[in-house]
Amino acid sequence: MAAKPFVQIENVTKRFGRFTALDRINLDISEGEFLTIVGPSGSGKSTLIRLLVGIDDVTEGTISLNGTRIDTMPANKRPTCMVFQSLALFPHMTVGQNIEFPLKLRGVAPADRRTRAIELLALLRLPESYYGKRISQCSGGERQRVALARALAFDPQIIVFDEPLSALDYRLRKTLEKELKDLHARTGKTFVYITHSLEEAMVMSDRIAIMRSGRFEQIATAEEIYSRPISRFVASFMGEVNLFPVTGRADGTPDWPAGAIGARPGALAVAPGWTGVLMVRPELVRFLDAGQAADFTLSGTLTAEYALGSRIQYSVDTAAGLVTVERPFETRLTAPVGTPVTLGWDRAAVHLIAEAADGTA
Amino acid sequence: MERLERRLGLLSALPIGILLLLSFVMPLLLVAGFAVMPQKVFELAHLPDFSSFAVIWEQGYYKSLLRSLGLAFLTTVILFLVSWPLAYGMAKVFGRFTLVITILVVLILFVSENIRLFGWSLSLMKGGLLEGYLRAWFGFSFETPLYDWPVIVFGMCYVYFPFMLFPLAQGISLVPDDARLAASDLGASPARILFEIEMPLAAPGIMVGCLLTFVLSAGAVAEAKLLGGRSVIVLTDDVESAFTFGQNWPLGSALSLTLIVIVALLALVPISRIDLDAIMGRKR
Repeated sequence: MAAKPFVQIENVTKRFGRFTALDRINLDISEGEFLTIVGPSGSGKSTLIRLLVGIDDVTEGTISLNGTRIDTMPANKRPTCMVFQSLALFPHMTVGQNIEFPLKLRGVAPADRRTRAIELLALLRLPESYYGKRISQCSGGERQRVALARALAFDPQIIVFDEPLSALDYRLRKTLEKELKDLHARTGKTFVYITHSLEEAMVMSDRIAIMRSGRFEQIATAEEIYSRPISRFVASFMGEVNLFPVTGRADGTPDWPAGAIGARPGALAVAPGWTGVLMVRPELVRFLDAGQAADFTLSGTLTAEYALGSRIQYSVDTAAGLVTVERPFETRLTAPVGTPVTLGWDRAAVHLIAEAADGTA
Repeated sequence: MERLERRLGLLSALPIGILLLLSFVMPLLLVAGFAVMPQKVFELAHLPDFSSFAVIWEQGYYKSLLRSLGLAFLTTVILFLVSWPLAYGMAKVFGRFTLVITILVVLILFVSENIRLFGWSLSLMKGGLLEGYLRAWFGFSFETPLYDWPVIVFGMCYVYFPFMLFPLAQGISLVPDDARLAASDLGASPARILFEIEMPLAAPGIMVGCLLTFVLSAGAVAEAKLLGGRSVIVLTDDVESAFTFGQNWPLGSALSLTLIVIVALLALVPISRIDLDAIMGRKR
């Protein structure tokens, strides 16, 4: 990668009155990357992209694009473009006029504008007949594509997405997620996408940045975030994981404050005084038959069973709390709810998250 | 069920329907009837006669008609330009302060229009409130602006201001903030946003405001009389004289009918194109 990042966000702080929405944010984005910022409501992700496209001004810090500062430029001069959550299509214009709007502003001749708009319609898999349609005649998914086509017509250096799929139904969202990823590959543009759904982020992104209270918690690839979350927050943000508090005894063996877990001697070495959680994903927990062994074992009672389509999930009540186990639907247990079971998992399935004694990362 | 709803709808509309029939349609028909009555005859049994309309042309009454329309047009344009920034502020910027402005503007309407216009007349006349005090205190004198057409336009702007302001503010509030932000993001300058996004999206409000002020100003009587002091003869003056001093009801009716038809034609085009439901907030 080049020495100078494509987009460089340095020490950016944004305050609204006395509320600090972003607190000394640093982020580099490389050219052609699909970066997704994930965070709960109020984590500052929307604020960050509004600063990026120029809707709001930074309080402190700088944003540069290709080495040029853009945070001081007005929104209409920045080579960035945003796809709004509401899509912000212009209802008084046709589909074609919407797409041509940025070209019209640049003084492109009507015939050339039309050619480009029709190219973009084709790129977004919309029939040419949509050119003259009113926005109100388009469905949710079609509007989504029109908004994308309009953003592409602007030909920005970065396209920013503000949860544009959140209002759509599940199936359409899944289709458009894949289309968006595909579009990213075909156009080679830099995409910055925000969402509160880590699942959505996983499908599309090269890198994921997890935000919490105006700061980045972790910035990494989907694979890394999935298997090696840096904090309990990141771990729990990505759905159901099993977290067991662990501390290190003076002799280097683990202690389990929430309830004992059987650990094979030597399976887990914990420094004396170390505090944190042990994470294990539900799909990596097994039901042990009599005589089977694992690095970690825990016994309990099967309390519930949830069919998730291709997978099935179990809740097991143990001395260390409720444990979630997930496995392919074909391997559904024959044992009924209420049966005593023994759970087990191996050292390779375990990820340790260090925490300060008060529970924060 | 649907039939019941229709019946209920008709029933609910009945009282206002009867009222409109008696107070709006009947006078119109009467005026139309008088307009085609032969002049100086005053009998009901006659064939339609268009001599009154010929008189409008021959005796130059069309000049006062044009004057009325011109002044109304000017008033509308000025009011639009003056009201837009305030309406914009009320719809998008002021927040809770909007209510204060609304109350202040509405409060003015509680005082009768004639009294307010008399107030201006007393203030602006030679030796009146303004000139009198200025002369007494600073020895500075100026000619009264009264009795000329600009003061009539000023008076109409003053009186019909709320009729422009509130529809405009309503119209501007229909413009989604995101549309404005998106346009800016796509490279539009504030002027382009105004002309290509905000004005088209606020068009229903603009049309309602302009129509109201234009129609009201074209039929205005008091401003020309109280501020203009009959130095500028507008159409409504002619109508009044024809019915009173002139005792020429057919001419008065023909003049009225001409104004009504012109204004109605001007109004119908935009009304057929705007979506009143959008203004009332039932859509989008």
